[in-house]
Amino acid sequence: MKEQVYTYYPGCSVKASAKGYEQSTLAVAERLGIRLIELEDWNCCGATAYMSVEELPSLAIAARNLALAESHGRPLVTPCPACFITLKKTNSCIAEFPKLKEQVNEALDEAELKYNGTVEVRHLLSVLTNDVGAQAIKAQAKRDLGGLKVACYYGCQIVRPGEEFDNAEMPTTMDSLLAELGAEPVYFPMKTKCCGASLIVSAQDVALRLVKDILLCAQQYGAQCIVTACPLCQLNLDAYQEQINQKYNLNFQIPILFITQLIGMALGIPNENLGLRTNIVPAKPLLEKYQALQERR
Amino acid sequence: MKSDVVLEESMHLDFIEEIYSIPGGEKIKDCIQCGTCSGSCPTSDLMDYTPRKIFAMIRAGMRDEVLTANTSWLCSSCYSCYVRCPQDIKITDIMYALKRLAIKEGKFPKGSDAQEFFKAFANVVNRYGRNHEMELMRRYFLKTKPLNLLLNMPIGLKMLRHGRLPLLPKKMRNISQLQKIIRKAKSLGGS
Repeated sequence: MKEQVYTYYPGCSVKASAKGYEQSTLAVAERLGIRLIELEDWNCCGATAYMSVEELPSLAIAARNLALAESHGRPLVTPCPACFITLKKTNSCIAEFPKLKEQVNEALDEAELKYNGTVEVRHLLSVLTNDVGAQAIKAQAKRDLGGLKVACYYGCQIVRPGEEFDNAEMPTTMDSLLAELGAEPVYFPMKTKCCGASLIVSAQDVALRLVKDILLCAQQYGAQCIVTACPLCQLNLDAYQEQINQKYNLNFQIPILFITQLIGMALGIPNENLGLRTNIVPAKPLLEKYQALQERR
Repeated sequence: MKSDVVLEESMHLDFIEEIYSIPGGEKIKDCIQCGTCSGSCPTSDLMDYTPRKIFAMIRAGMRDEVLTANTSWLCSSCYSCYVRCPQDIKITDIMYALKRLAIKEGKFPKGSDAQEFFKAFANVVNRYGRNHEMELMRRYFLKTKPLNLLLNMPIGLKMLRHGRLPLLPKKMRNISQLQKIIRKAKSLGGS
């Protein structure tokens, strides 16, 4: 397969609370011949929080990354939906409001940078499904996912707004990809309901309720694990299960996997390179059972 | 809301103009009060006023009621309302603008400290160029409810144990360049 080259924008989360996501992303990318070149000295995109405080500075810090990326002339890919949406929003703001573009560039000029608005911003999931493709990934698979019942949880910002590569209400890219690899995606009507994102800190009870409903839905439809492509969704669903069990008198013990961890497993990448240690509800026992998942060749 | 009737002389017309002047803000004029936003919102049942009501209140110039409502602070940026709005109002962006305005004017819902979380986030980025979760929590909880620092210890320890909570902030190299950009942007745009 022809090697595809992207500027890689990791974002803050995958370097810290979602380390397992980056580890499995890099392992999978290498195996599939996706070349990710990390953007030099990138800064935080600002996420949803910075733009809640100040508008122009939030656009300017996001634009610094885009300006740096523009000089490389490659598409920018990020595994984080919040970075994805924030960088995209910066692009559309700049395109739609010339005055903002001018002001952003005036700020960037302080660092002798300039952004023309030409960087194509992509999410990792879109690169995997559109540029590489489920068939090509399957062709390189070493194992079958053996009917593992997965609930594909997309969350919000990966599909909204803009419907860049999937439907905003009923997306299917992860479902099709994992089905191709032998998993069995369950019916999961809450696949795009919000996990509460940073409300888990600023309004914890509110977010815990949202997470509880998502877990309950996945469990009721028979999922053995939930798969996500978002650092914050993964954290909220994974780290707070014990707290939710206490609060609502439930007994969830559902592994929450990054999509790249599951793809990596199908590709035969060793568990220790997929960051499984970072999963708080242990994912290993389930996966090892399924790694009986007869070797395909 | 004391009364459902707003007298014209008590309307804050400047507030209406202020909201209309934010990028995309004038679209609020097109709101048909259908309530699709409120019905799509995962947290609207906990809001003082649902998004639909907030838009009616903005158009009625009810400045203080809007700015002191918990509505925008309970918005999780899920964009459900945004993609469903039949009038293409960029509702989530309006919620950001309301938060910015509330911070600028120092008007908050009673007992709310959510604004401190967002401010702490921006301050961490201003200082290190990247988010650092431990530092963010420390700043937010110390400022608002120090006890919660202890209450959140179990989660923190879990994350630590699983290698998900670096203890020290990782600064970007050229932080002074970013700070220059931020300073300039602040001077140009305020909020």
